[in-house]
Formats: sequence, C-alpha cells, structure tokens
Amino acid sequence: MAKRVGMEVAIAASEAVALCNIDMAAVYPITPQSHIAEHLSDIVADGRIDAEFVTVESEHSAISCVAGASATGARVYTATSSQGLMLMHEILPIVSAMRLPVVMGIANRAVSGPLNILNDHTDIMSQRDCGWVVLFVENGQEAVDLTIQSFKIAENKDVMLPTCVNIDGFQLTHMVEPVEFPDQKLVNKFLPPRKPYATLHPDKPVTMGTFAMGDIFPEVMKAKDEALKGAKKVVLDVFAEWKKMFGREYKLVETYKTEDAECVFVTMGSMGETAEVAVNELRKAGVAAGLVKIRLWRPFPFEEFRAAIGKAKLLMVMDRAIVHGGMGGPVSVEIKSALYGEKNPPAVHDYIMGLGGRDVAVDDFEAMAKKSLEAYRKGVEKDYEFYGVRG
Amino acid sequence: MKKRKWPETWQEVSPGCIVAGPANAREYLTGSWKAQHPVWDDGKCIKCGLCYIFCPEGCVRETEKGFFAADLDYCKGCGICAHECWPGAITMVQEG
Repeated sequence: MAKRVGMEVAIAASEAVALCNIDMAAVYPITPQSHIAEHLSDIVADGRIDAEFVTVESEHSAISCVAGASATGARVYTATSSQGLMLMHEILPIVSAMRLPVVMGIANRAVSGPLNILNDHTDIMSQRDCGWVVLFVENGQEAVDLTIQSFKIAENKDVMLPTCVNIDGFQLTHMVEPVEFPDQKLVNKFLPPRKPYATLHPDKPVTMGTFAMGDIFPEVMKAKDEALKGAKKVVLDVFAEWKKMFGREYKLVETYKTEDAECVFVTMGSMGETAEVAVNELRKAGVAAGLVKIRLWRPFPFEEFRAAIGKAKLLMVMDRAIVHGGMGGPVSVEIKSALYGEKNPPAVHDYIMGLGGRDVAVDDFEAMAKKSLEAYRKGVEKDYEFYGVRG
Repeated sequence: MKKRKWPETWQEVSPGCIVAGPANAREYLTGSWKAQHPVWDDGKCIKCGLCYIFCPEGCVRETEKGFFAADLDYCKGCGICAHECWPGAITMVQEG
C-alpha cells in the first residue's frame, strides 16, 4: 500500500498531473492556483517528466495553447482561477466543440468586483454551459484521484470532451492534507497513452475548427450535447476501474447518513466535510439530518441525485454562487429542475453562503438547518436567502 | 451520385466536426449569400484590373479577351468591384 504524505493540496494536484504522462502544459499563474503553475513548472524544469511547459502571457493564451497542442494528439493540462477562467471563456466552448480532451484544474475563487481572491464557486458557475465535464472535489486525496481520472474520462473515445476539476481555492489549495499517491506503474496501466481521433499532422491532413452556418451548426450542437450527456456512463466506468485498482470509491453523488434523513444538506466541494460534522451534531440533538454531496456537476446526474435524496422532505441547498436576477443559486436552480414533475417533491430551501471566502462553520450549518426546519414545520414557503448577510 | 457537402443528421457529425482532408473551403459556395451580383459593361471597361485587385473574395478573373468577370459560385455580392471601378463599367444587379 502506498505511503500517505502530508502535502499542500495545490502541490499534490500538480504531482498528480506529473503521474499522468502529459506531453505539455501551459499554465498562467493566478492566486490561488499559482502553486499548481509553479510546482508543475518545477517538475518539468527538473526533468522529472518529459513534457513541455509553455510560459504563456495570459490565460487566453494558456487555453489556446493547450487546445492547439491537444489537436496534435498531445496529452495536455492547464489550470486557473476566477478572472483567469473569465479570460479563457472565449475559448472554452471551442475546446469542447472541437472535442479536445484538455484537462484543467480550477482553484475556485470569487469573481471581481469588488476585487477578492478568496473562495466561492462563481468562477466555474459562470462557465457552466461551455460543454465541459465538471467535477468537484472535497479534499486533497480527491484532488489527486480525480485529476488522474479526468484524463481517462476526457480521452475516452465516447467522450472526447475537456474536463475540469474544481478545487476550492485556499480552503483546499492551500491546506496541507494527508495524501496517498498511486504507484506510477499502476497509473500507467490505468491511463495508457492517448489515442486521438484525429491529429494535426502534414502526413494526414484534416480540417479542424471548421466553419458551420445554420445548415449544420444545430446538428453539431446536438452531437456535442449527446456526447456530454453520454459522458456520465464513462465517468461511472472510470470510477469503477479506479476503485478496482486503487481501492477508493467515488460516486457521482455522495451520501452521508441519508437512509432515514428527514432533512438533507446539499453541498459541492470542500464544505462537504464541515457539513458532515454538522450532520453528526444535529443527529445528537435528535434531528434526522443527512447530507448529499454532488461530485459530478456536468453532465448533471439527475437520476443519481433523485435516488440520493431518498425520502427526505426538506433539502437545504448550499450555494456558493448566485444566479443574479434568477431564483437563488445555480445548484438550487438545477435541483428544482431535477425535481420538476416528481410526485411529492421535497421542499427546497436555498442558502447563498460562503461568498468571497466568508467562513461557513459547523454552527452555520446547524443554524441554517434550524431556520429551515422551523419554516418547514410551520408550513412557511421559503425560496432563497443570503445566509449570514448583515442587515 | 452527387457528393454530399455535410452530414444530414447529428449522428453523422464527426467528433469535433472534423473534416477529413485539407483545402475543402472551395466546396462551400459562398455565392449563395449574395443579394446582388456584378455585371460588367465591356464597352466602358478599360482593362485596368482594379476589380481583380480589390475583390476581397479573389473571385474576379481576367477573361480570354482581357476583360473581367466574377465567379458567381463564390462572389458574395459585396459591390467593392463596382465601387472601385472609376470608369463605371460595373453595375450591381439585384438577384432573382
């Protein structure tokens, strides 16, 4: 069995990339992702892996550069945060439309303004509809495991879509956590060299990034949508193979004490661990609380989510982003659409919390549960609330 | 059998809409976009070739007699040739 080491999660994520036999990376540093960029650059400069590290001048260039390299058949990696992801935006739907299996780490951070460097999920949520496979991790071990698995998901012949791994900025990237690295030989077995569908090579010329007007564009969009929806099966297969080879089990939607739960928290990312403690505390106080953690955000695992919530009567959704002018946060909007048409669906209370790095502690989860249960027992309808906002 | 220009159904779209082969832009006839097409009056044409030089599509060609004509399969009907033709030998004529 591999040895557990204490390591900063951002460093661990780049060490995971180093295990994946990448051909090139282009990473522009930005807080709180910088340690991924710096450490991966060190790994390449020290000759530990045989790969190119391209020092680009912006995130727009980083994503363009990895897209170009991916089109030649290379295995590529990039990483970013917040404003960097915003700057990449123009290219993100192109990478998925061109079906290039780019893997990206995102150290989630609030989006300006006001200027903020701390964690929330606004950056990825604003890029939600770009056609990427989107995964969230809860701790350092998951950051390592899912980074490696992402390459296998992205490169699968039935997927061929870019995949991003969301790692909460600071809350995770800058924590030192116990991490077990899989053995290089086993990773090589798990992740064989990429077999590209087509490559840019003068010996066998193809046209990529084609022009398409209304007479073919909708068919291309439908094909991309079907590919993304179909990725769910591949993610399940990859998780199953990972469990077989490395022992750690991953699910599209994770559950914690939901079997008999009346009220259930719904989280994504690092806050899941805090919520687990809150569930334990609530149970000590006689509340049948449970927790559902969404790991795969795109494609959204509708069936698995509905199965995970069981017979809960009340869902308390923790949203680390806001859909401005809409009905709460993006997770609750998704969940409400997942429950539409269901018989006796649970009440959905949405809490917008943890924005811009605001701490969300065990007490806060308990306070939200108390509020929700009171409203629920009185039969008061409740949609969404900015939790803990003064005034 | 007529060669199909693109897939009929979404199931037939190649991954990434990749086209197997280079230099196939010519198969896309941009001439279908135009609302007007240029007509040359060879009586006024002085064979200066400005229409040939200015055509952004590169679809104006010199004829055997030294006059000029546009390949209407690709002419988008922009009218730049008519605008630049100072002897006034080119008229833009409405399609249809």
